[in-house]
Amino acid sequence: MSGSSPKSKKISKKKKNVSNYDSTELLHYYREMLQIRRFEEKAGQLYGMGLIAGFCHLYIGQEAVVVGMQAAIEDGDQVITGYRDHGHMLTLGMEPRGVMAELTGREGGYSKGKGGSMHMFSTEKNFFGGHGIVGAQVSLGTGLAFANSYRGNDRVSLAYFGDGAANQGQVYESFNMAKLWDLPVIYVIENNHYAMGTAIVRSSSETHLHKRGASFGIPGVEVDGMDVLAVKEAGEMAVAHARAGKGPMILEMKTYRYRGHSMSDPAKYRTREEVNSVRAQSDPIEQLKQTIFEAGFADEAALKEIDKEIKAIVNDAADFAKDSPEPDPSELYTDVLA
Amino acid sequence: MAIEILMPALSPTMEEGSLTKWLVKEGDPIQSGDILAEIETDKATMEIESVDDGIMGKLLVDAGSENVAVNTVIAVLLEDGDDADALPTATAPAHQPEPSKPDVADEPATTSETLISPPAFEPVVQMDVPAGTKMVETTIRDALRDAMAEEMRRDEDVFLIGEEVAQYQGAYKVSREMLEEFGSRRVIDTPITEHGFAGLAVGAAFTGLRPVVEFMTFNFAMQAIDHIINSAAKTRYMSGGQMACPIVFRGPNGAASRVGAQHSQDYAPWYGHVPGLKVVAPYDAADAKGLLKSAIRDPNPVVFLEHELMYGETFDVPDVEDWLVPIGQALVRREGTDATITAHSRMVGFSLQAAEILSQEGISVEVIDLRTIRPLDEETILASVRKTNRLVTAEESWGRMGIGAEIAAMVTEGAFDYLDAPPKRVHQVETPLAYAANLESLSMPNPERIAQAVREVCYV
Repeated sequence: MSGSSPKSKKISKKKKNVSNYDSTELLHYYREMLQIRRFEEKAGQLYGMGLIAGFCHLYIGQEAVVVGMQAAIEDGDQVITGYRDHGHMLTLGMEPRGVMAELTGREGGYSKGKGGSMHMFSTEKNFFGGHGIVGAQVSLGTGLAFANSYRGNDRVSLAYFGDGAANQGQVYESFNMAKLWDLPVIYVIENNHYAMGTAIVRSSSETHLHKRGASFGIPGVEVDGMDVLAVKEAGEMAVAHARAGKGPMILEMKTYRYRGHSMSDPAKYRTREEVNSVRAQSDPIEQLKQTIFEAGFADEAALKEIDKEIKAIVNDAADFAKDSPEPDPSELYTDVLA
Repeated sequence: MAIEILMPALSPTMEEGSLTKWLVKEGDPIQSGDILAEIETDKATMEIESVDDGIMGKLLVDAGSENVAVNTVIAVLLEDGDDADALPTATAPAHQPEPSKPDVADEPATTSETLISPPAFEPVVQMDVPAGTKMVETTIRDALRDAMAEEMRRDEDVFLIGEEVAQYQGAYKVSREMLEEFGSRRVIDTPITEHGFAGLAVGAAFTGLRPVVEFMTFNFAMQAIDHIINSAAKTRYMSGGQMACPIVFRGPNGAASRVGAQHSQDYAPWYGHVPGLKVVAPYDAADAKGLLKSAIRDPNPVVFLEHELMYGETFDVPDVEDWLVPIGQALVRREGTDATITAHSRMVGFSLQAAEILSQEGISVEVIDLRTIRPLDEETILASVRKTNRLVTAEESWGRMGIGAEIAAMVTEGAFDYLDAPPKRVHQVETPLAYAANLESLSMPNPERIAQAVREVCYV
């Protein structure tokens, strides 16, 4: 699929053709997406119990985006995102224990409890955060790509951001430099239709966000972000484009979050019927489940077994996150400067 | 196993709420995501969703209950194989003693009682200039260029990025001939896009590269200050020490001449305020070179403040192989016994001129060049004030919340008993800088104003 530079193509796999996929691969995606969902449900629960505080933005509903994109990149490629970051970390292979313990602000967390939900990193997994300032990760992610280009390696970076961040000025400053210098960066816009409580039609003069690169000469593609296979195929095309030195590409993932913007969101800006209808018709996990059944790759019992395994992993992460001690008071002054 | 559904905290401040309405009844099949009830919090009415699948076993709190404490069991969900009859029937009390908190939170607070001290200040030793070292007259402009070029020869990861740094040779000619030597891969002209290229450079630094970011002036860096502070300065801490950001942000700072308010400001106190940054403001060419080389090698983000009106001034620079001046150490530029003046950047020169004026009047002044704003070399300042018993601070920035305010507070805390007079601050007047020559000159500190402040603290 690589080589073309589609300007505004729509990639959707609504009519499933899974002849290119085997059971191992599809079950892997199923497991990865389900792990995010169960992890986030648990995080929501711990928040409700007062064990997680502050801001906590759940990824439920958007799982197909990171799982599909992860399938399109290679070890050594870099990932950066905003504050809705738990799914990205789990998909990159960061430990559920370390992520959950950071949510509870404990010593065993990825940032030793100093970062919290929005500020986690893993140099080992090439995860560069976890950023709480909307849009900042777009310039930073362009810088990751700049570093790859400077070093002359063939790594690419994925810079994820939402439809809200898509209206920040630095996004366009970054687009300009990325195309000017043909940097190997893929801008993955997770368009979940609501910037906090503001619907995209109320915030954006051009709501087709994949067209936002047009004036810089950056090709953009609209993707069904609720379909993990569509995401993967679009991701592979964009990665091939960037890795071949052709510069950046924009992938607009049409997705949806089921939960509020953060935990304290009264959700008065959209109807319950809207949420339920997306869940009923487009849920990424349910869709893949049906695909797996139709292909005969697994039955209900086999998927229940996966669910059980994941529940155990998530419960173990929650227990770890509750039992891990708070950071030692001596940690207050460490890590300010090298 | 039956799953207990707890009264959730729906905001960081919620301790209790009202359960206004149940939206399910006992015996209903429940799927993850189904709305179970409506809850009124201190902020809003919100719905709670089930996170599990099962059959609603028992509703333990009546609709309409008020003051239901967070973490009260409000319902029990049955999973496959659970027996509804085995469940408790009693309605849980609306008030539970205390929401269960993590054990560690119950331990005695280690905050206010047990004061945790910040790490002690570690003085660093200035590189010695061996006797007989040849000195080379150098402009500050060339000293800065030499520092960058030497570091770029030494380390392939160092590059220069900014507006007009390559083909134009630098808006102030600081990067003269660097494009020719290092090529466009390492001397990079950017579009006029401060926020974007600062963020891009910080991202590159996260991977271990060592960008030197030139702002045409620090006035324009305000467009990029989010990346300097939120992205560069805080990331090491927020990552628990995993991430590093070895980057230098440099460029002219402070008032030039007759360029009006938007192009005339000293940002030393702005950046000096921020943990996670080092802030350097050299006065002469030797320090400009030695400190910039140290800044480029430093593993932390460094804000390096130059002065436009000083670029063309000439000073001696030691002709040694690798001239480094350590960050964090002030320099006593002139020794004296009657009063101490602290200053940075261009104000050091003004303070030395003031000291000269005052010496004719029989007043012996010690002049301290701060060189580094953060970390501030408190020991050198305190030692001087303990000797002279009087303090005057000089700076180009506004006085309120300024460098002088900080030093006066620090000296009052650290050498109160030694002071024979209240400290005096000399700074720009509290207005935007005017364009008109006379008003501009009325605004800014000058040697005579600094000298007058010294006379006042000496009561002469």
